[in-house]
Amino acid sequence: MRLLIVEDDRDAADYIARAFREVGHIADQAPDGEEGLAFALDRQYDVLIIDRMLPKRDGLSLIGELRTKGIETPVLILSALGQVDDRVKGLRAGGDDYLPKPYSFSELLARVEALARRRGGRGEETVYRVADLELDRLSHQVTRSKTEIVLQPREFRLLEYLMKHAGQVVTRTMLLENVWDYHFDPQTNVIDVHISRLRSKIDKGFSQPLLHTIRGAGYMIRDK
Amino acid sequence: MVAEPPSRGRFSWMAALRSWLWTRTGALGKLFNTTAFKLTLVYLTVFALFAAFLLGYFAWNTRRLITEQITRTVDAEIAGLAEQYNQGGIRRLVFIIDSRARRPGSSLYLLTTFTGDGLAGNVGLLGEGVLEHSGWTETVYRRLDDAEGIEHHALVRVFQLPSGFRLLVGRDLEERERLYDVILAAGQWSIALVIVLGLAGGFFVARRVLHRVDAMTETSRTIMAGDLTGRLPTQGSEDELDRLAVNLNAMLERIEALMRGFKEVSDNIAHDLKTPLTRMRNRAEEALRTARGESDYRAALEGTIEESDELIRTFNALLMIARAESGQASTPMTEFDAADSAHGVGELYDPLADEKGITLTIDAPTPTPVRGNRELVTQALANLVDNAIKYAGSHRTEGMSAEIVVKAGVSGDRVLLSVSDRGPGIPETDRAHVVDRFVRLEQSRSEPGSGLGLSLTSAVAHLHGGELRLEDNEPGLKATLVLPRIGPELPQPSE
Repeated sequence: MRLLIVEDDRDAADYIARAFREVGHIADQAPDGEEGLAFALDRQYDVLIIDRMLPKRDGLSLIGELRTKGIETPVLILSALGQVDDRVKGLRAGGDDYLPKPYSFSELLARVEALARRRGGRGEETVYRVADLELDRLSHQVTRSKTEIVLQPREFRLLEYLMKHAGQVVTRTMLLENVWDYHFDPQTNVIDVHISRLRSKIDKGFSQPLLHTIRGAGYMIRDK
Repeated sequence: MVAEPPSRGRFSWMAALRSWLWTRTGALGKLFNTTAFKLTLVYLTVFALFAAFLLGYFAWNTRRLITEQITRTVDAEIAGLAEQYNQGGIRRLVFIIDSRARRPGSSLYLLTTFTGDGLAGNVGLLGEGVLEHSGWTETVYRRLDDAEGIEHHALVRVFQLPSGFRLLVGRDLEERERLYDVILAAGQWSIALVIVLGLAGGFFVARRVLHRVDAMTETSRTIMAGDLTGRLPTQGSEDELDRLAVNLNAMLERIEALMRGFKEVSDNIAHDLKTPLTRMRNRAEEALRTARGESDYRAALEGTIEESDELIRTFNALLMIARAESGQASTPMTEFDAADSAHGVGELYDPLADEKGITLTIDAPTPTPVRGNRELVTQALANLVDNAIKYAGSHRTEGMSAEIVVKAGVSGDRVLLSVSDRGPGIPETDRAHVVDRFVRLEQSRSEPGSGLGLSLTSAVAHLHGGELRLEDNEPGLKATLVLPRIGPELPQPSE
């Protein structure tokens, strides 16, 4: 995966770039809005990571310019402004995801991979399959080894989101945002309880667990 | 040698005069510089000009009227005398003129031959050449019967009789001039009076206004110097200055509240964020000193990350409270269903409650539209449910079923979102300060949490123009989020 990091804080940018390279991605860096625009227009990227406050040209205007030039590369906005209205503004300006600072690298990585995958186009499939687990998005049927599993509507959406991103880490915040549409941080980790419920429904009685907890990051559904 | 341009010389002279006047007059100059005084001057000028015009017009018209009247009288007399001459000849005319001229206060008469010799009349002296041509003239004259021989002014008409005789009839102008003078004098006096009274009034008004503005300025100086408790003086007279002062005071009230909040936040941040920071630092230091291998370092680092995450969370909550409390206008408000929020939160927390053996009931059967920020209200409600599960679960009252009821309903023009539990509740004495930041009651110290949940909820309620009500659920706690249905009232400037 090829990434462009537009961030004026040199240390932060170096840190992210290094971390992405460690997990096997290619990361370019641009220190300001104008250079970021030039890079994004010049090369093909899978995901752009853009800081909101940049010298020369601010993040939102950079995204707007890219979108008017017909470049639809997914954009993740990084920002020190984490309030509801700021996020709405960022997404309205053409961003695809919004991550307030400070963030953990595992969160950033999970979100960037989700964005890149979205582009890869699993969204259009009607049936998601992971090993012998199947989820039919049209009939809302879930089966494992041909046995039907009855899920509550919310459990279904949770599993749907996890399977859409099968093989990728999905963080608790991502689940809260995408499955519940809540953008706040509950004091107790309520998501864990939902996951363990779901797990008991899809993994209980099978020798091979599919829903894994990734320590310090989140969850992942995967074969093996 | 080049002469200095005269205009520049004059200018510097004027400037010098100005500054001299300024230093000499001091407070007086300040008074003359007020808007009230300047306005008075403008009005005064306009008014004086108007009065002058009015009086001038009056005087001129009076004079014209008198002149007209004289002309008419003289014309009539000449016509009458000419008629007498036509009927009775020169002899009769002389007789009539003689008898008329002797009456006191009579007109002026003079009848002459074509050579200018007087035949009859009461005029002794005339201006030169008056008799030469017929028609109207203003002239000096002296009456024959006037012993003192003072010259007077008169308006006279000379009439040519058919046989060469000339007839002069006129009237004295003294009356007209006197009236004119009286009017002019009255005009001058009244204009002078207008100016004096106007200046005095302007002076008085300006001084009054200046006095009050000075008081305001004085107060605002002390406020600017840091004493935010100061308020502008008001008189309760509801005039424009009073209204301004009242409005400014309301603004000061708001600023003071904001500053107080700001100070509180920074105090709390200083106090309550330093503690975990110190702990984190100590842990890192300890790891450096005592760790005996990679696993020890790893454990220490993981602990550090966990603690910093907790710090960030606390920090975010603090920022959010501060923003909600400052009543930021940028918080987007929309119409949403509070019952929907209650169901959503209930659904989110149900597995957690279930796991702790608590029944979570949602009592929100009908849609409850309310205007506000869905996200913030939902978060506030989630905080209340979170608290209820935490305390009702681990500190269950003896003999009570562990039940939490989330209720959404309408009461009058308010929407009530309540969370009731059967836990230990909050003693009445603690209810007021439990919403303060970082306050955690003794019994809850063992539970994880930042102590910001209720403050955030309360701040959200205030942002929406509502309140957070804490009541006894007998036993347990009933926390109610009271929100006005139509959303927060925008501050209206008082009329």
